[in-house]
Amino acid sequence: MTHELVLQITVLVLAAFVGFEVISKVPTTLHTPLMSGTNAIHGIVIVGAIIVVGRTDSLLIEVLGTIAVAFGAINVVGGFLVTDRMLNMFKQRPGEKRDDG
Amino acid sequence: MDRRQAFDLAYLACAALFIFGLMRLASPRTAVRGNQLAAAAMGVIIAVTLWDSGAHNLTWIIAGAAIGGGIGAYSARAVKMTAMPQMVALFNGVGGGAAALIAFSEFHSAAQANINLPTNDVVSTLFSAVVGSVSFAGSMVAFGKLQELITGSPVTMPGQKVVNAALFLVVLALAVWQFAASQSEGLLAVTMVLALVLGVIMVMAIGGADMPVVISLLNSFTGLAAAATGFVLNNDALIIAGTLVGASGTLLTQMMGRAMNRSIANVVFGAFGTGGGQAAAAGPGGGQVRPTSADDVGVMLAYARRVVIVPGYGLAVAQAQHNVRELADQLQKRGVDVRYAIHPVAGRMPGHMNVLLAEADVPYTQLFEMDDINDEFARTDVVLVIGANDVVNPAAKNTPGSPIYGMPVLNVGDASAVVVLKRSMNTGFAGIENELFYEPKTTMLFGDAKDSIVNLTGAVKAV
Repeated sequence: MTHELVLQITVLVLAAFVGFEVISKVPTTLHTPLMSGTNAIHGIVIVGAIIVVGRTDSLLIEVLGTIAVAFGAINVVGGFLVTDRMLNMFKQRPGEKRDDG
Repeated sequence: MDRRQAFDLAYLACAALFIFGLMRLASPRTAVRGNQLAAAAMGVIIAVTLWDSGAHNLTWIIAGAAIGGGIGAYSARAVKMTAMPQMVALFNGVGGGAAALIAFSEFHSAAQANINLPTNDVVSTLFSAVVGSVSFAGSMVAFGKLQELITGSPVTMPGQKVVNAALFLVVLALAVWQFAASQSEGLLAVTMVLALVLGVIMVMAIGGADMPVVISLLNSFTGLAAAATGFVLNNDALIIAGTLVGASGTLLTQMMGRAMNRSIANVVFGAFGTGGGQAAAAGPGGGQVRPTSADDVGVMLAYARRVVIVPGYGLAVAQAQHNVRELADQLQKRGVDVRYAIHPVAGRMPGHMNVLLAEADVPYTQLFEMDDINDEFARTDVVLVIGANDVVNPAAKNTPGSPIYGMPVLNVGDASAVVVLKRSMNTGFAGIENELFYEPKTTMLFGDAKDSIVNLTGAVKAV
């Protein structure tokens, strides 16, 4: 086991704890946007796809990698936009504030 | 500091921004900014990666990104809020698919160059390939079920559990074989195809009502697949982001399980939720339900001091959230205290009902979570149950042996009067009789939720 691998596992374990901690603070009200927001974050695989396409000369990998880039882009762009759309509905717009609210 | 280190630091900064963005999701006031922050971090990560990889194959990358980005942007704008669960399923599926494709590409490149990947990379690659494939196939089936392209009822075959287990073991054995003996592209392709089949039959066997739990679970799968990709590519940002999503998906899945009082294993393997069955008009105690009219309920509501609305998925199906807001507005004009009681699994995913009501401009300050309002029902004059069933079923508290016994429910029975708006006497998703409907203080207003609410609003105005 290399030193680098140990460091990566350390990062993984710490990130898991941070994840649990941060997510448990999000109120139920926002769980749907939370799910779609974290969903957008795993679209970060697009980075892997870009790296793969960026260093290959094989046509097969160019095609597969480009599909992966497109998939990742759907995930990232769609995920963040739809989360933004939802969260904006939760904003209380000026003039719409109710007395009892 | 060399170039590599500079890039790594940029990745780290962005990973920190993801965490900061998620922290800001803790309040509706800061959430929009939090999400934008995470999106900006993603933009920087992608830009850094492009810069890092030089201009090689840039045309391919830009073409892929433009097509995918276009599809993503269009779907995000066009999707209806009621269709949010299947949208998340779709986005989740393509993410998993991307992870699987990357894993295969890494394997292929290594094979072409005639190098054996280091052991830990083989493990990560196989993990990412298998989990990504299961997530892709499973999410697509979940999408199909929620979009009603395929049946929402569980589709099982004889010996389903045996087949599932066998397939899982074969996939595992193939993976171990490649890890221990020989790395072969062909074998990896076979493994991935089997993983796809596993994803399909696993989710096909689960009822439509349980899809949200499945999506949340698959969301965490895709996160872990992304983290595994990070191990293969030695990229900490991928590891952190993927793990964050894995943790969040796991936590949300657990919360949903708890809200339904079912274990995740029960959801995935139970083939529960066979859809609404038919029930006779006579109740468990031989009681009769009391139908009522919109005019009667209108009077009751108009003279109430406090009204609590319990919305369920039936409300969303009828697209009646705007009409409910209008009714609430009318009541508030008369000085009635109107609140909404939101059960954790109301709607089709956790928090879905909050989104639907927010879309109709209901202020989130009027939305109360179950624990915050359960003690308030005793001080409530009228409860309006709209298209909800299992989440108000007293059997969860009183009937040991009922399939939903132990599931936390809203104590609507504590209120002075309960009016249930319902299309018919069909049972809910869980297919369980609801004693609440036969209680003396309960009256039933039958009909389409939207029509009923419009009639109620008219009746309140006329008082």
